Amino acid sequence: MSEKLERLCRQLKEKFGDRIMEPVLALGEVTVAIPAENYLDAMRQLRDDPVFRFEQLMDLSGIDYSEFTGYQGKRYAAVSQLLSLTHNWRLRVKVFAPDDEFPVVASVMDIWNVANWYEREAFDLFGIHFDGHIDLRRILTDYGFVGHPFRKDFPISGYVEMRYDPEQQRVIYQPVTIEPREVTPRIVREEQYAKGNGRG
Amino acid sequence: MVVAEIKNYTINFGPQHPAAHGVLRLVLELDGEVIVRADPHIGLLHRGTEKLAETRTWLQSLPYLDRLDYTSMIPSEHAYCLAIEKLLGVDVPIRAQYVRVMMDEVTRIKNHLLNIGTHALDIGAMTMVLYTFREREDLFDVLEAVCGARMHQAYYRPGGVYRDLPDQMPKYQENRFKNAKTVKELNEARSGTLLDFLEDFTNRFPVLLGEYHTLLTDNRIWKQRTVGIGVVSPERALQLGFSGAMLRGSGIEWDLRKKQPYEVYDRMDFDIPVGVNGDTYDRYLVRMEEMSQSNRIIKQCIEWLRKNPGPVITDDHKVAPPSREKMKGSMEELIHHFKLFSEGMHVPAGEAYAAIEHPKGEMAVWAVSDGANKPYRIKLHTAGIPHLAATDEMTRGHMLADATAIIGTIDLVLGDVDR
Repeated sequence: MSEKLERLCRQLKEKFGDRIMEPVLALGEVTVAIPAENYLDAMRQLRDDPVFRFEQLMDLSGIDYSEFTGYQGKRYAAVSQLLSLTHNWRLRVKVFAPDDEFPVVASVMDIWNVANWYEREAFDLFGIHFDGHIDLRRILTDYGFVGHPFRKDFPISGYVEMRYDPEQQRVIYQPVTIEPREVTPRIVREEQYAKGNGRG
Repeated sequence: MVVAEIKNYTINFGPQHPAAHGVLRLVLELDGEVIVRADPHIGLLHRGTEKLAETRTWLQSLPYLDRLDYTSMIPSEHAYCLAIEKLLGVDVPIRAQYVRVMMDEVTRIKNHLLNIGTHALDIGAMTMVLYTFREREDLFDVLEAVCGARMHQAYYRPGGVYRDLPDQMPKYQENRFKNAKTVKELNEARSGTLLDFLEDFTNRFPVLLGEYHTLLTDNRIWKQRTVGIGVVSPERALQLGFSGAMLRGSGIEWDLRKKQPYEVYDRMDFDIPVGVNGDTYDRYLVRMEEMSQSNRIIKQCIEWLRKNPGPVITDDHKVAPPSREKMKGSMEELIHHFKLFSEGMHVPAGEAYAAIEHPKGEMAVWAVSDGANKPYRIKLHTAGIPHLAATDEMTRGHMLADATAIIGTIDLVLGDVDR
């Protein structure tokens, strides 16, 4: 398997040269980052070039790297998981949005129609805009929702809650009344911790 | 001459509709009785599982995965555990792998039984659901015996499964509704171990499957409602990101269990059924055949599991807890236990995409870790999303009544779509 993936890495470098970043092979998976300006062309070539033949886009999702330990770089990325049925291999493509304040990347909806809903979801949850998408509406959150809930600065308890108000006889929104709480704190251990053989 | 102005009519299907399989809201634009456009509104069941997982330890999030697709729970856990194991580099004991494969296949049968039963119910064949739920009951009993819960198992753990298969099945008790004779008959198959019970089921199941075929496969009404409905060409199926039975129904031979085998699927002997026309009827036939193939796999697992006892969870105590007995006797194991259930395991920084052949299609977990005791990001790819997204294309030009047939054929569960 790994031999095959090394071949994929090699071919990526041959075909794209410096239009893409260095492909990374880790844990039996190939990841490649593509600069936003080359993204659309590269994706089309990944689908059509018989060497790659990624017929299917299995998944596309947003990610917010702002609190990633030891990370410095662009905040938002759209990450696609491609699958080739012909060659039976997978590829993960990352594209970082150049502007952190107003993240925009190109839409791959024309290349893989399935991207329609995935991009709507990434827009809804992360506020990443997809240039060229024909129907960029919210998909998962409530009608009239404000904000992008999967961004790291959005609290887990949210900002508003909904209840039925017996006086006004309708459902109303009000500021949340629950306190955010954390039972187990988030800890990142130093290097070498838990690298032993499971003893001590 | 006055020409009447004819406008398209928009109707709202769901979210409270028995054929909507949960809380799907479908806005349908109709020209007479022909669907011009279908716009599914999802998210009514959105619980933010991915966000919640970021605030829990790796292990604490595991039961959330059951709540995704609440008709086939165990395979979702499977994808999650595989992703963590990939990141950790932990090996799963071989017996645990067989147990996982067996439980996945039990769930696959259970899922398809529900799908075929309710699909027939939606279309108007009331009887079908009564039969399929009868068999589902046996499978629920299996799951209950294995882990104590009928619906939300939380049975898999990173590094194996929670415990070994039980040596006995729960039995029926005599009460004022069931007399001694009935109870004795009911308990006959339950007198042995779980594997005996399951083997009895696998022996009975092909006959039962034949009963379903008699009811539906050559049924004229069933064929009128399904043949040629919701046809998807192989090219479109790829474009629309289909997987699982939906992709195979369109004639593409693709099954992750064969093509990218995980656990011990490479040792199993089974076939991949493929459809020809890509319509609702073909997808029904694919699912029926998949059940009989799953039955074969279960048989092979039972045979192996009988002969090969062994551990079912890794002995790496940074990942899986030590046994209670050891924990009570050794300080070190006590510390391991305490650390594991308070702070949780630390997963090395990296990212992993683990995909499995879920009964509904490809279910995958993309886990990103920055080395903490909690995931940095979990993305759950569920099969239902692309399938539901394709409803618009599949229903266009069909009659209103066919919308239910198409929603049924995509094996929709909204918990899975909304996450």
